Order: sequence, then C-alpha cells, then structure tokens
Amino acid sequence: MGRAKIKRKSTFIDMTAMSDVTVLLLTFFMLTSTFVKKEPVQVFTPASVSEIKIPETNILQILVDPQGKIFMSMDKQPDMKAVLEKMGEEYGVNFTPGQEKKFMTASTFGVSIRNMQKFLDLPAEQQDKLLKNEGIPCDSMDNQFKSWVRNARQVNPDLRIAIKADASTPYAVIKKVMNSLQDLRENRYNLITSLKGASDK
Amino acid sequence: MSAEVQESRKKGKESKQKKMAVRVDFTPMVDMNMLLITFFMLCTTLSKPQTMEISMPSNDKNITEEQQSKVKASQAITLLLAGSDKLYYYEGEPDYHDYTSLKETSYSADGLRSVLLKKNSAAVREVNELKKQKSDLRISEEEYVRKLAEIKGRKNTPTVIIKATDDSSYKNLIDALDEMQICNIGKYVITDIADADRFLMKNYDTKGDLTKDIVEQ
Repeated sequence: MGRAKIKRKSTFIDMTAMSDVTVLLLTFFMLTSTFVKKEPVQVFTPASVSEIKIPETNILQILVDPQGKIFMSMDKQPDMKAVLEKMGEEYGVNFTPGQEKKFMTASTFGVSIRNMQKFLDLPAEQQDKLLKNEGIPCDSMDNQFKSWVRNARQVNPDLRIAIKADASTPYAVIKKVMNSLQDLRENRYNLITSLKGASDK
Repeated sequence: MSAEVQESRKKGKESKQKKMAVRVDFTPMVDMNMLLITFFMLCTTLSKPQTMEISMPSNDKNITEEQQSKVKASQAITLLLAGSDKLYYYEGEPDYHDYTSLKETSYSADGLRSVLLKKNSAAVREVNELKKQKSDLRISEEEYVRKLAEIKGRKNTPTVIIKATDDSSYKNLIDALDEMQICNIGKYVITDIADADRFLMKNYDTKGDLTKDIVEQ
C-alpha cells in the first residue's frame, strides 16, 4: 500500500531563551521602578527645569489639591504610629491598637483629628471615598496641620518636607501652608515638580 | 506534558547506561514571568519626581523688613505675580506717582527671562564658561558646585523679591522660581504682598488714575 507517510514533526518549542528574556525584563522593572502611591486626589504638578531628584526616605509629603484640601503622607510606618499617638495626646483622643494599625497601613491621611477615630473604624473602600472630601484643617482658628508637622518633626528629626501641589492651586492656599511651616521654623523644604520637556522650554 | 524524558539508544551497541536527554517545558514559566512584568509595568513608575529646594526667610518680621528695605535701595527687582498669568516688575524703589515705573512682562522666554538675564549678564556669562569647563572635564563636579555657589553669592548680583497675590496660581510661583534657576540668580526671596504693591498694580491697570489721589492727600 503506497500510503505516503507524513513525517510527524515535534511541535516542541524551546522556551528557555524566551524565559531568559522575561526574567531579565522582570529584574529590570523590579530594580528600577518604585511603586505608585495611592493618592486621594489627583494632582498635576507644574513643570520645572530643576533636576534634583527627591530623596527616597524620610519624606513628609504634603499634598495640596486645587481646592486647598491638605493631605499628608509619611514613608515610615513606625513613625506614623508615633505621630498618631502624639497627636492623640495633644487633642485628647485615644486610639485603639486596631485603629493605629489601620492608620499605619493607609498611605495618605487627611482627616480632622476629631473625626479620625470614626474614620478609622470604617472599611477601607468607604475610607477612600470619604477621604476625597476631607483634608487636614489649616485655619488660623484650628491649625491641625501645624500640629501634625510639629509632631512629625519631633518623632523624626531627619524628616524632609516636600510640598506637592496642583499647578492650578491658588497662591492663597500655598501661602497658608508656607506660613504654617514658617511659624514652625521649617525654612527649608522641597517643592515637587515634574520635568519640563525640551519642547516647552 | 510539561517535561519529557527522551530515551535514546544507540544501535548495535548495548550500553548499560541509558542516556537521558532531559527537556523541561518553559512555557508556564514564561507565562508567569509575563504576568509579573505586566503587574510591575502597571503598578510602578520609572520616573522619580523632580524637586525644587527652597529656603524661606525665618519669621522674625523686623529683620526681614529691615533687610527688604536695604536691598530695595540697592539693585533689587521686585516681581509681582498677579492673577490670570499676569506678571509685573519694578526695579529698586518704585515711584508711586508715576505708574510707568511698574512694567508688565510675561512668563515666556522673551519676557521675564530676558529682563533677568540682562540684569545678571556678568554672572550668566561666568556660569556658562564654568559649564563649558565642566563638560570638557577640566574641572571636577565638586569644584563646579563650589564655584557656582561663589558666582551666585557675589555682592553685585541682583536680588529678586517675589511677591505673589492671592489670585496667582502655584504654577506662576514655580515658573518664577524656575526663571531664578535659569538666570542663575542666587538671591531671591518670597514674601507677602504689601498694600503699596497692590496700589501699584491697580494704578498701572487704570493708567495712572490713582496717582491723583495721593497728590491730593
């Protein structure tokens, strides 16, 4: 019987090289990138020609949104706990260990200290929704922002303050923040900007 | 089948030891890696944000006001950042009777920058020379930084006083600070706006209508 024999070819593709490539890429991404922090409000920083990079550790970031709401974030969780305890002492609020733990895991905080307990008891999704409309009070009557910065400085003397504000924020708001910092004799701080491209120079 | 072991036997000779070729299928490994890469690409950023370092004067009001009037008498440029991206400046002490002592300019390259570059031309020339030396590797990085600070801190360089009104935006402030860096101005200060400066701007906008009021007083 003259049936033509079709030679069966193996479909086995050697994936070793492909695997090498992907592992290399993965290593590159893991080493060079930093995780995006979740921020309650979206902020577009103005562009500048400054090329100084922000240091990675010991940062107290002050986030200012166009409406003038103020949020803060710190990069070290033990510091955050210590600051919260100090704030609690100052304003006469006692936090339970559970609330402290929740506070530490949140990336950004920005609620009046009096509502803090109620806020921390909420589940995480509701916290995110609420946080957008909150913000740390920074009026002359009730300047909790100042207390936060002062306590943070006491906890960690090496802390560097960085202000991240939206490009369209009115100067009045920035002035309020700057004056509060000035009252605390925090005269040196960083303003976070994005790099200006060559096209709009 | 993810891994297979193929047996091969040489013909003729009966070898006691079987030779094994081990092939491991890497496809699932690649799949997993690709997933991880996708995760890292979506959840991380490669670029670190830039910063601008500023140091503000301390809050002792008496000192700053004294210093302000001192620099005012000498060669100082006062920038007034107004709302809707308007920018005014005056040099030295303004003449409140003459509305033209206040000049309007813009944030563009031929606005504020040209004004400041003209004022600071000596220092700019030296800094450019220094930058060239650095790019030719004739001076070290530390020496460059040291010399740059020395040029910026010289006595005859202009001082810029930035006064922002409440309607100006944060972007305006950053733009103004940016120009300081571009024009190599070492001495600049951000202070609160005074009533006199508001008067100057109003007077300028009304083309000197308010001048009559002070003359009558």
